[in-house]
Order: sequence, then structure tokens, then C-alpha cells
Amino acid sequence: MAFLQVNNVKISGLSACVPKTIDENANFPMFDDDGYKNFVAATGIERKRISSKEVTTSDLCISAAEKLIVDLGWAKEEIALCVFVTQTPDYVLPATSPLIQHKLGLSKECYTLDVSLGCSGWVYGLSVVASLFSQLPENERKTAKALLLAGDTISKICAKTDKSTYPLFGDAGTATAIEFSENSGPMLFNMNSDGSGYQTIIVNDGGFRNEVSKKSFDKITRGEGIVSNNLQLILEGMDVFAFGIKRAPESVNRLLEKFNLGKETVDYFVFHQANLFMNEQIRKKLKLEKEKTPYSLKNFGNTSSATIPLTIVTELQNDFSGKRKIVACGFGVGLSWGSVYFEADKNLTVSDLVEI
Amino acid sequence: MELQKFIENFAAQFDETDASEFAAGTEFKTLSEWTSLMALSVIAMVDDEYEVAVKGNDIKTATTIEDLFEIVKSRM
Repeated sequence: MAFLQVNNVKISGLSACVPKTIDENANFPMFDDDGYKNFVAATGIERKRISSKEVTTSDLCISAAEKLIVDLGWAKEEIALCVFVTQTPDYVLPATSPLIQHKLGLSKECYTLDVSLGCSGWVYGLSVVASLFSQLPENERKTAKALLLAGDTISKICAKTDKSTYPLFGDAGTATAIEFSENSGPMLFNMNSDGSGYQTIIVNDGGFRNEVSKKSFDKITRGEGIVSNNLQLILEGMDVFAFGIKRAPESVNRLLEKFNLGKETVDYFVFHQANLFMNEQIRKKLKLEKEKTPYSLKNFGNTSSATIPLTIVTELQNDFSGKRKIVACGFGVGLSWGSVYFEADKNLTVSDLVEI
Repeated sequence: MELQKFIENFAAQFDETDASEFAAGTEFKTLSEWTSLMALSVIAMVDDEYEVAVKGNDIKTATTIEDLFEIVKSRM
């Protein structure tokens, strides 16, 4: 049970970029009329964005970052840190974050790091960026800037013949801006891991435990309506569900208890967008009002590490007329999960959604 | 925990199937109303009522309601 407290840092802005191409689940060939209706009733996902072959997660994140940097009026040479969270990098190696430094035109003195996490990735990434930021020399910290880029293009690794994954996942890239703050409250974290559940959400082949072979391309029937090969995503839905409804509320509760935060003083609880049925179960367990728990599932589906910032951009953009207290919670692949509490200043910069 | 109460909790997840159809020996996966979503409702019910995590494999292994009851009981 890792708890972290990072003082004098704040999120000063958020942006998100999605591919222009909309994929309607109503057109998914494996659904008949009832199949689609039941799917939407359970998951809340009517459509999602999917990227073309040419567009990678880093491209989406770079577009989101370019927009945010302009909206904030930042100078790129002030950006001292850039952390990139993804499970769909450009290459096996090198890491993608140095490439992002180059493509974004950041300073060669920039600290860059890739973090390989999914659903919990934005919260984990924020803990990394905030912690590193607090270690900058004092005379540099007050003017330095940092970027957290988080996203995935999971549609590229879902089999179109797998109804347990393909209709759920959308693609998105996000950027979160972090700066020094004299007055904002501390950022508070509760972070957790349980690798015994590593097979719950997995791509079996293509790493170095199971290298790519001819067999990796064999189509395997894993269940009714679930045919995929070993280079594609497997999701054990029931196990993810059992995990999520237990661990997400537990993490939020422990964060609130540890730091004596009153649930009623929090303005928004932004959860990883897994699916509506699971998210509603989590919301009800925590006894949270609907108005406090925004969803972006309907139009964007589950976008992995992008869900939390994407939900703030698409659902809360106009809600920062005053100071806001926010709890965000990510949970999933790893298994890995965590929660963060942060305070957003009045007029937090939330960029218009970018589409490429 | 009590078997009868477990059967009632289990039956409460269903809308169309009559409560009288549920008994210890009911092979729940053969019920016409049984779907993967219903499985999630049962997992949620067990989490709420008994604070036990039931996994996909448990649902696969259990044939009757009593089988599932025994799995839950063994973890309490």
C-alpha cells in the first residue's frame, strides 16, 4: 500500500487527441440488433475512435501536447520533464519518449521516460512526473514545466472476431501539464499492484517470454464469439470485473481515509472508463452522486491510460469556473491500480478536443 | 452463511425467471435468462453481500447454485 504526498505541484492544463475515424458499434458484424442493444446497455459504449495504420499513440499524444502548449502559452525550452505512458509504443526499442522529445522540439536537456501501464497509467504517470518535478533544484522549479503524455491505440491489437474486446476499446492520446504551485493543496496518491493477475488482460506473444513465431498467428477460439491470435489482446471480463469492483473503491476509500479527505468535499470522482456496468457498480459501492462521476464511454469507449484526462476534456471542460477538488482512480492491466487527489485552480486550461 | 439466503440473493438478480425456479440444485447456466451480464450481476452480489471475490473460473466450474454457494463459503 504505497501512499505518496507531493507538495507544491499542480496540474495547469489538460488536452486530448482522438483519431477522426468513428467506428459505430451498431455496425459491428458480430452483433445482431439485440446483441448491439444488450452490449450498449451493459457497457454504455455506442461508438469509439480508431486510428489508421499510419497513426501511432505518440502521434496522438504529440498533437494533444502541441495544442496544450499553445493554449498555456508555454515556451517549449522550459519543459524539463516528459513522461510517456503507453502499452502501444512506436517500437519495441528504442523507447518512444526520446522520439517525442525530438518530434515535439523539446530541449535536449529534457528528462524523458516511458512507462508501460494501461488503465492505471495516468495515475501512475502523474505520481512519477509530480515526484520528479519536486526534485528539481529550487531555483529552476518555479519556472520549469513538465508534460505527462498518456494514451493507447488498443484497436490495433484487438481481433475483429473478438466481441469481448473489439467493441470496447477506442484510441486516444492525452497531454497533462504540470507546474510549480505556491498555493495548491498537495497531490496525494495511493498506488497498488498485484502481478498474480497478469493473465487477466494480456497479449501473450511478441515480448521475450513468448517470442513471435509462426504459431503466434494461429487463430484460437477462446469462447463463444471470441476468436483471436496470440499477438492480440485477451480480456478475462469476469475476472477484470471482480477485480475492479473490489480494488477501485478500496483504493479511493484508503486515499480518503489516509489523508482525512471528506468524500463530500470532493467535486468530481473521475474513474478509468472500463465499461458502464463496472463503473456504475464502483460508483454505487462508494455511494457517489451521478453528477460527480462523469463518463465518456458512450462516444469514446475504453481508451486505456487516456480515459481519465479524456473524460475531463470531453465532459468537464466548462466546469472549472472555480477551484475544484478531484479524485481520479485508474485500475486494470497488470494488475495495477491507484488513486490520486488533486486540486485544480480556477480556470484550469482544458483544451478543445483535437481530432486528427 | 445460509444456503437459503444465498439462493434468494441469487434469484434476486433475475427479472424474468420466477423465484420458485431457484433451488440448491438449479443448474443456473441452463436458465434462458442466464447471460454473461447476469454472471457479472452475480459476482457483484457476492461481493456486496459476502465480500468474497468470485472469478470467471468459479462460474465455469459451478454447475448448481449450491456449487457456487460452497465456493463462496470456502472463502469467507
